[in-house]
Amino acid sequence: MNELDRKKLSAREYRGLSRIDGSLVFMKNTHPVGYNELVELIDPDGNHRIGQVLDTSDTAVCVQVFEGTSGLDLPDTKLHFMSEPITLPVSERMLGRVMDGLGNMRDGIAPPRADKYCDINGSPINPTSREYPRDFIQTGISVIDGLTTLIQGQKLPIFSGNGLPHNELAAQIARQAKVRGGDGDFCIVFVAMGIKYDVARYFIDSFESSGVLDKVALFLSLADDPSIERLITPKSGLTLAEHLAFDLGKQVLVIMTDMTNYCEALREVSTLRGEIPSRKGYPGYLYSNLAELYERSGKIMGRPGSITQLPILTMPNDDITHPIPDLTGYITEGQIVFDRELHSKGVYPPISSLPSLSRLMKDGIGTGMTRDDHPHLANQLFASYSHVKDVRNLASVIGEEELTELDHRYMEFGDFFERQFINQVSNEDRSIEETLDLGWKALSLLPAEELQRLTDDEIAEHYIEGDRN
Amino acid sequence: MQNRIIGQVKRVNGPVVIASGITDARMMELVYIGDIGLVGEIIKLEEGNATVQVYEDTTGIAPMDNVYGSRGPLSVELGPGLIGSIYDGIQRPLEDLRAMSGDFIARGQKALPISHQKLWSFKPTATLGQEAGPGSVIGNVAENDNVIHYVMVPPKSKGGHITFIETAGDYNVDHVLGRITTENGEEEITMCQKWPIRTPRPSKRRLALNVPLVTGQRVIDTLFPLAKGGTVAIPGGFGTGKTMTQHAIASWCDADIIVYIGCGERGNEMTEVLREFPKIIDPRNGHSLMERTILIANTSNMPVSAREASIYTGITIAEYYRDMGYHIAIMADSTSRWAEALRELSGRMEEMPAEEGFPAYLPTRIAEFYERAGMMENLNGTSGSVSVIGAVSPPGGDFSEPVTQHTKRFVRCFWGLDKSLASARHYPAISWLDSYSEYVNDVRSWWDKKSNGSWSKDTQTIMELLQKEVKLQQVVKLVGADALPDSQNFILEVCRMFKIAFLQQNAFDDMDKYCKVGRQVKMLRIIIRYHELGTEAIKGNVTLVKIRRLKVVQDIARMRGIEDLDKLELRLEHSMKQLGELYE
Repeated sequence: MNELDRKKLSAREYRGLSRIDGSLVFMKNTHPVGYNELVELIDPDGNHRIGQVLDTSDTAVCVQVFEGTSGLDLPDTKLHFMSEPITLPVSERMLGRVMDGLGNMRDGIAPPRADKYCDINGSPINPTSREYPRDFIQTGISVIDGLTTLIQGQKLPIFSGNGLPHNELAAQIARQAKVRGGDGDFCIVFVAMGIKYDVARYFIDSFESSGVLDKVALFLSLADDPSIERLITPKSGLTLAEHLAFDLGKQVLVIMTDMTNYCEALREVSTLRGEIPSRKGYPGYLYSNLAELYERSGKIMGRPGSITQLPILTMPNDDITHPIPDLTGYITEGQIVFDRELHSKGVYPPISSLPSLSRLMKDGIGTGMTRDDHPHLANQLFASYSHVKDVRNLASVIGEEELTELDHRYMEFGDFFERQFINQVSNEDRSIEETLDLGWKALSLLPAEELQRLTDDEIAEHYIEGDRN
Repeated sequence: MQNRIIGQVKRVNGPVVIASGITDARMMELVYIGDIGLVGEIIKLEEGNATVQVYEDTTGIAPMDNVYGSRGPLSVELGPGLIGSIYDGIQRPLEDLRAMSGDFIARGQKALPISHQKLWSFKPTATLGQEAGPGSVIGNVAENDNVIHYVMVPPKSKGGHITFIETAGDYNVDHVLGRITTENGEEEITMCQKWPIRTPRPSKRRLALNVPLVTGQRVIDTLFPLAKGGTVAIPGGFGTGKTMTQHAIASWCDADIIVYIGCGERGNEMTEVLREFPKIIDPRNGHSLMERTILIANTSNMPVSAREASIYTGITIAEYYRDMGYHIAIMADSTSRWAEALRELSGRMEEMPAEEGFPAYLPTRIAEFYERAGMMENLNGTSGSVSVIGAVSPPGGDFSEPVTQHTKRFVRCFWGLDKSLASARHYPAISWLDSYSEYVNDVRSWWDKKSNGSWSKDTQTIMELLQKEVKLQQVVKLVGADALPDSQNFILEVCRMFKIAFLQQNAFDDMDKYCKVGRQVKMLRIIIRYHELGTEAIKGNVTLVKIRRLKVVQDIARMRGIEDLDKLELRLEHSMKQLGELYE
């Protein structure tokens, strides 16, 4: 049977499920149904729901229902197999609108006319078509700009924990992010998965107060929405982002929060289907599944737009080796890691600079991009600050008085680095020059001989001599 | 090709499709599914049902769709034009796919791996009547300025006499360049061969591994050398620099040809290689690095079963060039993603899992892959090698997980990446405590010849010092460095110096990114001399503070950027002598 014949059969309506289990429904004796295709369900009350074929065979079909299965019954639920993949109507006019995870308008106003319909699963970008990202985005946050530089087209997740200010940071980045020398047509796609209403409200207020709300498309699947809807929410958001970036040439920032909820929904479905789990009950394909989201970022040669992703995830129990942060770190181009200790010291943003990393930084900083001394300076700050950790450990054993003169200077450097360099107010927008100068100020607390990652010329130009006796 | 229907789809579950009504299909046969013609491979046959692993996204495939057979196993096409290309996991040229379907990869696209139109300038080297067996070279074409591509008799040939040889001229890969008469009749030889990816190409015998694969990375070449034809695993958590290490080796190692397999990794990383390599000039021969590189890119968002096939595709291409007598280095980044692909497929087939959901045959598959490496005497008498450098991405950076553990059983060299080194931006973050190389003894005589015998001694000394340092650091953690006598503190100082000046290497610094053999030997020598002279001086009551203040010592710390190391060594001898005299 060919596709065309199947298309004709899609007009058939089936009634009578054989089984409902969690978010999955099963139906027997259908015409041949294509894998992954769209299913429309009509519940006994006449409401429409959307589903997707997860498994198909000549005897039965298994459908995952995104709006949940509560209220469905076995005899009276009706099904249409649409013989097409799930698509999202995309339009530039979705900016400024609030939608649910499936792209339906949440604000009660009629949806905008679609520019086109896109398969929400997308297709992989051909590696030969990609353009290697190298445009520096200034976020105005010293520890990010200086040490884990964000690049246009990068996917840089925030690894946070419960109760840490990741939302503040994401909102601040969204407000302050700009590309030097021409900011282009900038817009934001905000994807919320299983977060509380007040968190979503916080973002909306923050966008509103900085006057960018009409440039933000919000896809909200909140904590009280069916958990299964979270599986489709980021796909909807990224499908719109691809349209905005690659068809319309906009610079799109995609904020996705909270990826942990997405992964948990995935685990839920996997367990329901009786799949063999790998670590902590998560399915073996969690890596590939996350990659299908995260890899939908970047730049394409010959097209002006870009997609920069800023996924936020809360590490269960602050454990960075948990499968979710672990697999994310293997796919994304670096990570920004939050540290509870810094947070309790009152440092904002509480970014632990040592485990944080930006893989694309090397090609986006330095001569012609930020400032000549940036690469070596960043390197030196990392090296010196990592030594501070050793000195602090030693001090906690033998007491601070027993430290050598040099170690005392390291302690001083460490404090300055945390209190002055990392720490800033949540509306403070530092230029990259300010950030780098501050870095030099911190390093000038150490003797020049200790700065082996910097060249003599750089030290001669920037090192601040004799501000200590 | 698609007219032989062998059955119909019965069930679709992700990349695994079960077909029914199968009568004349073979195990591992390449099949096409549905009208769109998705590529798949039969991995199980059972009472009229075949389980097919599909290399493309199966969206829209439905029961009753036709399954078409191809009669042959999944094979790669081998011939001139491979070098400089970028392929997906089943050898579809990504540049051509881009021309066909645009910036996003569409499904069901078919493209020939190498151009069948392009003309190559053929030079015959065999003569009429000459005896030719499997692997015999009958002529060659210049694949590019850097690589001569030898036209060989296919390995499965029966062998016989050459009855026809084409004259020199420009031909495409399908043109018959020679004929041999064998006991089974006539065989035609073209530039192009096919070989199933899961079968190793035959060779005469294995040779001893005693020449190092020089990578220009000091920590590797000096402390943990890899031999040509050897195998190594690079495990490390995310952000420890696996890919950076692979890139550095792919750029600078002294192999003739590089096969770089991006297996389930980031798209941008492959793009980086693709964009950067043509620009980097190989200092040894003045050609761009792309003229010796073949890329296989099956990024993390591309279909999972093609990821499983990608490493076999890569190693088969490598073996083909080995048969011509070349030395090939394969980078597989990362083998963990390949193992995960196995796990996913195994799970979909509802097989009984062993450790952490991985199938019980995981160690066998890993062993089979690494055993295809080696220094070989080829069927045609030449010798060539395939070295495998496999990255491993252990979950949570924990080396006790199954893929790292099983890989360790089958490789003889291990470069463990350390998270704490990486956070201190000590790159390459290869831990000198966890890593080992069983090739040290095999390549010892090569290195000693290059260093007038100092290499064995010096590496031994420095490894001992590094071991001592670990013990001393434990003491320092408890009581502080001040409590140690100068003689012990000096060991810490030498090790610190060794790490800063020798082990760390900046991949972005023009001078430091590649370190020649002679220079490595010299740098190590300087550190060892520093240790010897310093220890002597401290015995003569010179204080450590005085030694550390010497200008020459600060210069040693920065010697990675110093051109004239002989002069530095002389200055060291001189300054230390002066210092000693002061105290006499």
